[in-house]
Amino acid sequence: MITGWIYLCGGLSIVFVVMIFLFVFKEAFPLLREYSISAFLTGTLWAPTEQPEKFGLVPLLLSSVMVTLGAVVIAIPLGLMTAIYLAEIAPARIRDILKPAVELLAAIPSVVLGFFGVTVLAPFLAQTLKLDIGLSMLAGSITLAFMAVPTIATISEDALSSVGKDLKQGSLALGATRWETIRRVGVPAAFSGIMASIMLGIGRAIGETMVVLMVTGSGVGDSLKGIMTEPLQAFRWVFSAYGEICNTITATIASDMGEAVVGSAHYHALFLLGVVLFVITFIINLVADAALRKGHLQQ
Amino acid sequence: MSTPATTLLRSANTTSRQNYEKLMFGVMGLGAVCVVIPMVYIFVTLFIGGIGKVLTPGFLTEIPSRGSTQGGIGPQIGGTIALMIGTIVLALPLGISAAIYLTEYAGKNALTRAIRMAIVNLAGVPSIVHGLFGLGLFVYLLGAWMDKISGFSSLDPPQNFWGRPTLLWGAATLAILVLPIVITATEESLKTVPRSFREGSIGLGATKWQTIWKVVLPAALPGILTGTILAIGRAAGETAPIILVAAVGYKTNFAPIPPLYEPVVALPYHLFYVVTEVARATPALQYGTALTLLLIVFGMNLVAIILRTRLRNARRW
Repeated sequence: MITGWIYLCGGLSIVFVVMIFLFVFKEAFPLLREYSISAFLTGTLWAPTEQPEKFGLVPLLLSSVMVTLGAVVIAIPLGLMTAIYLAEIAPARIRDILKPAVELLAAIPSVVLGFFGVTVLAPFLAQTLKLDIGLSMLAGSITLAFMAVPTIATISEDALSSVGKDLKQGSLALGATRWETIRRVGVPAAFSGIMASIMLGIGRAIGETMVVLMVTGSGVGDSLKGIMTEPLQAFRWVFSAYGEICNTITATIASDMGEAVVGSAHYHALFLLGVVLFVITFIINLVADAALRKGHLQQ
Repeated sequence: MSTPATTLLRSANTTSRQNYEKLMFGVMGLGAVCVVIPMVYIFVTLFIGGIGKVLTPGFLTEIPSRGSTQGGIGPQIGGTIALMIGTIVLALPLGISAAIYLTEYAGKNALTRAIRMAIVNLAGVPSIVHGLFGLGLFVYLLGAWMDKISGFSSLDPPQNFWGRPTLLWGAATLAILVLPIVITATEESLKTVPRSFREGSIGLGATKWQTIWKVVLPAALPGILTGTILAIGRAAGETAPIILVAAVGYKTNFAPIPPLYEPVVALPYHLFYVVTEVARATPALQYGTALTLLLIVFGMNLVAIILRTRLRNARRW
């Protein structure tokens, strides 16, 4: 009997992943009967309270992607430098303090980071960059970067540390400096692990709710509207968009769910956003997992 | 073969390469500093802003008053502890069993590969999607069904008892969210128990289950404990899922022990609530709430880190 229980629990993770998808999809599906999927995928307006209701994914997806991109641009260099420093350079004494510190950074609850973003970062940005209100896409990106850094740093560090000693020693014996060894041997050998860490960092940032809910404000900024009306001229608006407010997929789900009447089109639309989010992160995770596996096979 | 000129050239080259190395090492170190400094800054800011409030007598025990602008955060701490306990009570048996399956029973086949992939993906599901799942499955399906069979929904007027956000649904949703943490930590820990332990036990005539229960699990216990503490710490700080399935910003009646069937007030949601909804909340109150939450989560993680370091140094085999 106990063995039966163990076997049952063994498969539980599969059951949960499948159930999460099925249940979120089940609650999303009724929307597709009254609202066309192409209008959802290409609509540039999210206005659930207007008549007729508009459920356009584009502004939300664009916000999520841009906030995440901003976060990743900050987090990749910081995360990789930390990983290289931890894995190859830091003396044991510093590493023993720095590594737990990075893990602690990962443990800060997102709502606390969001609070910090609202009370300290946003006013600071408003003052230095002369923004109307500091709550902006940029504030979201910076705060999210600190959630992605630990992911990138710890997984890349693992990958760098597990590069075979023989490779590194061979390089050093040929007269390469330690830096040249890191640059030409360590990083290339750990490349798939590093890519996986970046993918997982992206996954963490795009799925994060509280930070963007609190820090990026609420609404669609003029620059975002500009990008959507003239996609070919997008470069004109991209930078100013980071100084303006936005609504990401996650923040919309969290903030709208309280107002949506159960069983209404709005309610189903929020679950459909959940399906979109699930699919995006699922793909990111599969790719990252494949990269990690490839890295392990090579070593 | 080497003329003075080439020796000089080579050494110059070497020096510049070594200088470059020093420069790049410095740059990498700077990157690490850029990660740590903001973290220290965040902690110090919250500490200075909140410690006065946290040390105010009654703040950690009293109930909020005057629309959450005065009073303490006692019920919120209680609600968070209740969520943590509920989560771990549900997640631990499932997670440990799943890990036992993976290390002791699973063969090298497609099913095992699929399970591992599922664990990775479960860990990557955004927390808000976990919340949507909990809302769809627990609140609106299971809860509504429980109301129906227990007759609450056929009362006049119909009563919504389980079919609403409650402590139980919060714990259940968070349990699924932390499950990958428990499974991974337990599995790591089980793997470090040497084969010889299992072979010795089997050789003495113990069954497979007796071996797992009496030999393998006790040897792996400290590692499992570390994973458990990390999972509880994660559950304590999660906000997005409990917005959907468990939490309310304010209640009119605060029971000393929050009942399973009622919406619950909890620290992370309370922080969000006093920052975004309560217009007249003082900064001291906000910082105090944030610091309390941060201290609880950091406390858990520090214990786990110390436990793990001790463990690594004091392994008996």
